[in-house]
Amino acid sequence: MKYVDEFRSGPLVQGVLGAIRRTLTRPWTIMEICGGQTHSIVKNGLDEMLPQEICLVHGPGCPVCVTPLESIDRAIAIAGRPDVTFVSFGDMLRVPGSTSDLFRVKSAGGDIRVVYSPLDAVRLAQARPDREVVFFGIGFETTAPANAMAVLQASRLRLKNFSMLVSHVLVPPAIEALLSSPDNRVQAFLAAGHVCTVMGWTEYEPLAAQYRVPIVVTGFEPLDIVEGICLAVRQLEAGRAEVENQYSRSVRREGNRPAQAVIREVFEVCNRKWRGIGEISRSGFRLREPYATFDAERRFPILGVMTEEPSVCISGLVLQGRKKPGDCPAFGTLCTPERPLGAPMVSSEGACAAYYQYRRYRQVAHA
Amino acid sequence: MSPEAAMDIASLTCPLPVTDSPRVLLGHGSGGRMSANLLQQMFLPRFGNPYLNRLDDQAVLEVGGQRIAFTTDSFVVRPLFFPGGDIGRLAVNGTVNDLAMGGARPLFLSAGFILEEGLPLDDLAAILDSMQAACQEAGVLLVTGDTKVVNKGSGDQCFINTAGIGLLEHPWLLSADQAQPGDVVILSGTIGDHGMAVMSRREGLDFETEIRSDTAPLAGLVASMLEASHEIRCLRDPTRGGLASALNELARASRVGIEIDEERVPIHPAVHAACELLGIDPLYVANEGKLVGIVGAADADVIIDRMRRHPLGSEGSVIGRVTERHPKMVVMRTRIGGSRVVDLHSGELLPRIC
Repeated sequence: MKYVDEFRSGPLVQGVLGAIRRTLTRPWTIMEICGGQTHSIVKNGLDEMLPQEICLVHGPGCPVCVTPLESIDRAIAIAGRPDVTFVSFGDMLRVPGSTSDLFRVKSAGGDIRVVYSPLDAVRLAQARPDREVVFFGIGFETTAPANAMAVLQASRLRLKNFSMLVSHVLVPPAIEALLSSPDNRVQAFLAAGHVCTVMGWTEYEPLAAQYRVPIVVTGFEPLDIVEGICLAVRQLEAGRAEVENQYSRSVRREGNRPAQAVIREVFEVCNRKWRGIGEISRSGFRLREPYATFDAERRFPILGVMTEEPSVCISGLVLQGRKKPGDCPAFGTLCTPERPLGAPMVSSEGACAAYYQYRRYRQVAHA
Repeated sequence: MSPEAAMDIASLTCPLPVTDSPRVLLGHGSGGRMSANLLQQMFLPRFGNPYLNRLDDQAVLEVGGQRIAFTTDSFVVRPLFFPGGDIGRLAVNGTVNDLAMGGARPLFLSAGFILEEGLPLDDLAAILDSMQAACQEAGVLLVTGDTKVVNKGSGDQCFINTAGIGLLEHPWLLSADQAQPGDVVILSGTIGDHGMAVMSRREGLDFETEIRSDTAPLAGLVASMLEASHEIRCLRDPTRGGLASALNELARASRVGIEIDEERVPIHPAVHAACELLGIDPLYVANEGKLVGIVGAADADVIIDRMRRHPLGSEGSVIGRVTERHPKMVVMRTRIGGSRVVDLHSGELLPRIC
């Protein structure tokens, strides 16, 4: 397939790995921000092919993983209402809340639908005026334009029965939170290619300058990732700290302006809690006042949401790149994809799920 | 780990209030680990016997000095009609193939229909015509059946159960526990066609090339393979759960490791594109007209050669090998030269967010 197969070519990947080896003079720690990149790395076995000097740490860029427990519990409470059709991206259904997950709400009779596009939720609301249709609007900047568009569409259609439970998060404030932490050990970042396709990379330039850290906008295929690492290593070895763009077939410096305009029209920046990390100031989106009628939190005030995280789960440290999934005492024993204790074990982009799925044999193979 | 942490874990038997669902979840039917757990926890403790415990696609029974294969399967698919097939054709071929994977010649089928009130009779006629044609193609007779009608809302238009009997006309045992280190893994053609045909129709996705289900009766292909060699250890048709689940079942039953090469597993370009778009791994997508097998390495060329002369095996090839390393695990050498585990999937196949 064009634009995919070329970026999975063994010889090309080997060539870039060779270039990395020739450039390296000492160890470096690099964080890939996006969960999609984490999965690509582990799924293709890239982490085993990189020189040992390169330590990859996995970032907080999995939208399912960082959605706070309160939002999940609120979703579960709303989805259980008999008048509600709850619409979500597939990944969210298995994420554990405090006492349940959306799959279990569905099995108990909740009307829960999985869609690929938030506009499908709008169409559903149009078709079923007798139902309250609630869309779970989560994700990073990547999903924000489509979610914003759904709200705009519902507004144009004057739908009274559509609302969105918004739990959007933003990448640059999370990077800043990691960099300003006293025990930060990340020396360079691979920024998330699709987030930057929407937003461009101007927001990353002050971060690179202030914290003296290279940031390489990187794609998701194996060749993209090794190229991103190669560019980061060259900067580190040369003592440079700039924003570079590896993913030029998709990303421009200014990003996708029409998409940004739609986001700005519907959403405004707010403080947001991140699961496992805590509150990060100005790190999320919420609906602007003119669209407040579409806010599911206002439409369905849920009182007394009590949240409780399993005490053994170290997902916060995993999401901050301070621990690897295998460091968790519950990994693969108490915590598995069927019985996840933490969100990183759930999503197809979560670091724990990636390690569980693709890496457990190491213990066996090396035994 | 600190001592406190260790104590914490020891006392942590049920960290989430709900760990096991008291109800059946969709994931229990997905052919992955939850399906396997359901079988292990609910069915085998009650019904376990030497025939059932083999967990093959069919039971092989001795009756009056003859070895016969016996199997059953139920079919629930939405939409009922999809590019390349329909529920009727699926119901015949599915059971025919389960018999064929045991090396049997399928002979007789039963069919049970659960029809939902309101199903158009024209649809039923189309399904029955298609079943009849599929029976003829596979050389089997439908010899007994049943129909039930349920209230509107109590079923999804039409469910079909078929059971089948076939005859083993050779002395060999084809079973999941027969794989040995040194054997090779063969596959009859592209993977993922059926699942993506149904899914893209269900999701209303249009591609330049239509993805068609591969549903087909495989008994003829298996018979020609058995003529070519006696070194066929086991065969599976990788239906629900896909190639990944079939290989995991074989690795576990035979207590061997299986290694496959990503670049040797054929995938139709349109299926590849649809999987990329939906964020689904084709290794886990259902097939209805393909077989994966484990055969002795010495006979692999003869078997592949014979497969390629059959229209349903024209893309047959070796995709991997059986090894002593990592027993009960399937590992894939990736296209770029890395490796990863190919595990049973956990529950429902979920599309990713972005």
